[in-house]
Amino acid sequence: MSTQNNIRSAQRGTTEAPWVRYTLTGIALVFMFLFLVLPLAAVFTEALRKGWDAYAEALREPDAWSAIRLTFLTALVAVPLNLVFGVAAAWCIAKYEFKGKSFLTTLIDLPFSVSPVVAGLIYVLVFGAQGWFGPWLAEHDIKIVFAVPGIILATIFVTFPFIARELIPLMQAQGNDEEQAAQVLGATGWQTFWYVTLPNIQWGLIYGVILCNARAMGEFGAVSVVSGHIRGQTNTMPLHVEILYNEYQSVAAFAVASLLALLALVTLAIKSMAEWRMERELKALAELPPERPTPALGATAGSAH
Amino acid sequence: MNTSTLPAIIPRDARPRRAARRVLPGFKLTLGFTVFYLCLIVLIPLSALVFRTFTLTWPQFWEAVTGPRVLASYRLTFGASFIAASVNVVFGLLVAWVLVRYRFPGKKIVDALVDLPFALPTAVAGISLTALLAGNGWIGALLEPHGIQLAFNPNGIVIALIFIGLPFVVRTVQPVLEDAEKELEEAATCLGATRWQTFSRVIFPSIAPALLTGFAMAFARAVGEYGSVIFIAGNMPMISEITPLIIISKLEQYDYAGATAVATVMLVISFALLLVINGLQSWQRKRSAGNSQ
Repeated sequence: MSTQNNIRSAQRGTTEAPWVRYTLTGIALVFMFLFLVLPLAAVFTEALRKGWDAYAEALREPDAWSAIRLTFLTALVAVPLNLVFGVAAAWCIAKYEFKGKSFLTTLIDLPFSVSPVVAGLIYVLVFGAQGWFGPWLAEHDIKIVFAVPGIILATIFVTFPFIARELIPLMQAQGNDEEQAAQVLGATGWQTFWYVTLPNIQWGLIYGVILCNARAMGEFGAVSVVSGHIRGQTNTMPLHVEILYNEYQSVAAFAVASLLALLALVTLAIKSMAEWRMERELKALAELPPERPTPALGATAGSAH
Repeated sequence: MNTSTLPAIIPRDARPRRAARRVLPGFKLTLGFTVFYLCLIVLIPLSALVFRTFTLTWPQFWEAVTGPRVLASYRLTFGASFIAASVNVVFGLLVAWVLVRYRFPGKKIVDALVDLPFALPTAVAGISLTALLAGNGWIGALLEPHGIQLAFNPNGIVIALIFIGLPFVVRTVQPVLEDAEKELEEAATCLGATRWQTFSRVIFPSIAPALLTGFAMAFARAVGEYGSVIFIAGNMPMISEITPLIIISKLEQYDYAGATAVATVMLVISFALLLVINGLQSWQRKRSAGNSQ
């Protein structure tokens, strides 16, 4: 083609001069270094300030242990519950058309925009001594607020939308074709879900679960309101970090914090891997021969409403 | 629904075709469970806040939400959130641009690191930023001799909120930049536009809705943020006390009515922000749908 030269000069026009590129990249990297890398590095250096022995000592402390156990227990209850909810919500929102669908989606997003402190407060208002169920709970000697159940409830609230939010767009993009084919071939509903839908959404599911878990283990504001801060009983790891920090036990505080920072790094690694796998699968779908219904078709049909 | 691909298999019989509209089972079950769980975890507890507020008389409510300390906290919370979200727009755009358009070693790691504020617990971010910026920290020790104090005052709050909000802007702008059509930029160049003109007249208008959405999300998150701020703020009444902390301190004094009233104000504001974000997102979707046609 004779326009080849024009195209080449036009392409040169779609990027910047090298010095602009290097300067912009430099500024972005310096900003990232100052705001993201330094705080992360500070956690580990502060934790190891007095050497490995002091670090290990801080983590062996019984209160630290019980905080770690409670944090895992909380995530172990909150994440599976939100997982079941996320899959159910994504199924009914992505696979069907019904009135009030966008309103329902907005309501699911609501916990993201509520301040964590307000999230904690609402459970105090429902289950606290002066709350709706307060007198009844006191009569039956059940403690929810300022005890473990309250911590779990508040955690469920703040991590509520994570998995649903990941799955809804993914399942909308994939459309219903494969599930419908399974139905026509005689699969039951569970079989369809288990053998057709689940393999398609597995990486999105892992992505949502890992983010949900990170937030569940790291939640501070909401849990702080409902916890009551009883050492060894109702302290999660972030709350334990706060107590140690306020008592000027800096090394111990940063030692527990370093475990949470490690968790964050593992989360980022798994998340990047899941993202990479999802991208690859979407690309593979896009490269399939044209006679097969493409996912893009399903996506436009689904979002047109 | 994409049922048009199926008729070859479905026999020409009215019944299955009618069923094909909702051929997948489980609608009632999943919708029922979704609504039930939503009510149990989110709607009923939130309505407790609203009902509790209605038990207050109007003067009580007004006094609780307009006390001088509370008003100072609104100014601080919204001011700091606004500054932080604005900084995030500038640097978030820069980071997204560099990640999408340029190649450099370690790009994948930098890309993954953008999400650190999502993954790192806020309390950890709070104490480590404080350790960095306090007088004996790595950065604080450099700045303190020059009379610049970043920790234990509103400056620290802004820095913590920048940390928290960064991924929101990057992650909303990044996909839009990736989808942006290079052909438009090529056309602009062919028509004689300089690179800056191409950016400000062609690229910027197409990413502006995403930038605004990112700003709103970062702002909404910053307004409610608690964990990362309280360690670095210093928490002096009237000067560096954020609104969520006001709620906590009212609760600690067993002033449930006051805490509820302030929380209702926060809830209404976050609800309004949520509606704004939803509106911005649908505007953005419409814009990108219009572009691709």
